[in-house]
Amino acid sequence: MNVLVPIKRVVDYNVKVRVKADNSGVDLANVKMSMNPFCEIAVEEAVRLKEKGVASEIVVVTIGPNTAQEQLRTALALGADRAILVESADELNSLAVAKLLKAVVEKEQPQLVILGKQAIDSDNNQTGQMLGALTGYAQGTFASKVEVAGDKVNVTREIDGGLQTVALNLPAIVTTDLRLNEPRYASLPNIMKAKKKPLDVVTPDALGVSTASTVKTLKVEAPAARSAGIKVKSVAELVEKLKNEAKVI
Amino acid sequence: MTILVIAEHTNAALAAATLNTVAAAAKIGGDIHVLVAGAACGAAAEAAAKVAGVAKVLVADNAAYAHQLPENVAPLVAELGKGYSHILAAATSNGKNILPRVAAQLDVDQISEIIAVESADTFKRPIYAGNAIATVQSSAAVKVITVRSTGFDPIAAEGGSAAVEAVSGSADAGKSAFVGEELAKSDRPELTAAKIVVSGGRGMQNGDNFKHLYALADKLGAAVGASRAAVDAGFVPNDMQVGQTGKIVAPQLYIAVGISGAIQHLAGMKDSKVIVAINKDEEAPIFQVADYGLVGDLFELVPELTGML
Repeated sequence: MNVLVPIKRVVDYNVKVRVKADNSGVDLANVKMSMNPFCEIAVEEAVRLKEKGVASEIVVVTIGPNTAQEQLRTALALGADRAILVESADELNSLAVAKLLKAVVEKEQPQLVILGKQAIDSDNNQTGQMLGALTGYAQGTFASKVEVAGDKVNVTREIDGGLQTVALNLPAIVTTDLRLNEPRYASLPNIMKAKKKPLDVVTPDALGVSTASTVKTLKVEAPAARSAGIKVKSVAELVEKLKNEAKVI
Repeated sequence: MTILVIAEHTNAALAAATLNTVAAAAKIGGDIHVLVAGAACGAAAEAAAKVAGVAKVLVADNAAYAHQLPENVAPLVAELGKGYSHILAAATSNGKNILPRVAAQLDVDQISEIIAVESADTFKRPIYAGNAIATVQSSAAVKVITVRSTGFDPIAAEGGSAAVEAVSGSADAGKSAFVGEELAKSDRPELTAAKIVVSGGRGMQNGDNFKHLYALADKLGAAVGASRAAVDAGFVPNDMQVGQTGKIVAPQLYIAVGISGAIQHLAGMKDSKVIVAINKDEEAPIFQVADYGLVGDLFELVPELTGML
């Protein structure tokens, strides 16, 4: 079966972002960008399904600026077969992304779509679920285990109180949680080979999708800074401070 | 304006997060209706009717909603939600699972994890692991929103007397089925609702050593959490994880033991009122957010602290 893996180019998770002085957003000029960590897990899961003989072809897709080709090449180096870039310079909301992905799903007809559960920049946790609604496919969100069995996929999900397993009819949508797998690194020969793999570039207009949004960001501020704390010398001093100064115990 | 709040419940009881979500709805203003969708969920519906400020409780009691499968619940919420100005759910694993599906069915954007209500159409939400706070405005006909519980003080669970009305739901969509679940058992307070949280990280070295934290937590009546490092190393189950990808907590007191304080962990706890860090590395980033820091060996300090309480 074919697997589609949507990925996102985001600021590297180790970067401590700074809010712009004019409060229009965070400063992303000259900041290291990477593939969203949850998307790496999604690519890894697709590659493992291929290695097990379950998946036949892996297509990776991203929606973003031209520079997002770097992340597509990374995914190709990790084992994806071909890539699609839906080029859009604007920052799009999840619904617009889901609509674009739906157009790609209709074209590619994957049996399984694997996305990350959330992007670490917008922290929305929406796209996979929205794609589920638009395509009418079942969804297995926050997956920590994925097993394809015949025309169904069993997904073990991380829920607030523990784990839950659901059986979904294929085609289905899965969003990855951190514990699904440990993503591999791309080897140098594979990075070289990835340069020759096919990468198509399309536009939202070509897919016939409007990316208009009903939500706009008015401003972005730095969170309130915590006032500097103190180091205490002993446990006795700590207990005394918690009891008498902070009054929390 | 009428607001629909999707109740978080276990069929038998209402989850605490629902009270925070109703509090957010009260800040928006307008009539508040609560939807309890489940199977044999009469008790949860009764509890919802008693919540202060709730005008009406809609009960969709149907076997198809027993495990809140989004393929079944989302169409119900989308259909009911059309007449409302806002649809709110708690940003729990359940709310996050269902609500974006509802929003897409209604063809509107969703606003995730709001921490403040500025006005009926303007909200604040954290982005970049809590390193920036965005103020967003929605012009959608139906505003679909998940609410971060720690951003709102819970509304009183008693004092209301809402009318309870049964609504008919759709049948099972037949796309998904519940197979089973494995819930972690704990007698301690629930992590997201606890007044005090004691968390351990990689510095705990193994799962057995968490007994020091359990002893401390039991003295304080606290919940026990963990960093991702501790969960990945298999010390404790993943539902104990505090952070961007785990649970968001904002207790009165958060005690971080053997936790370095990575960005992703801070995203889950930096709104705690008082933070205490116990770590042997005095350069650890956790000390930059801690109100009280104690540098030293946790295996000596934690039992000493437990003994003094």
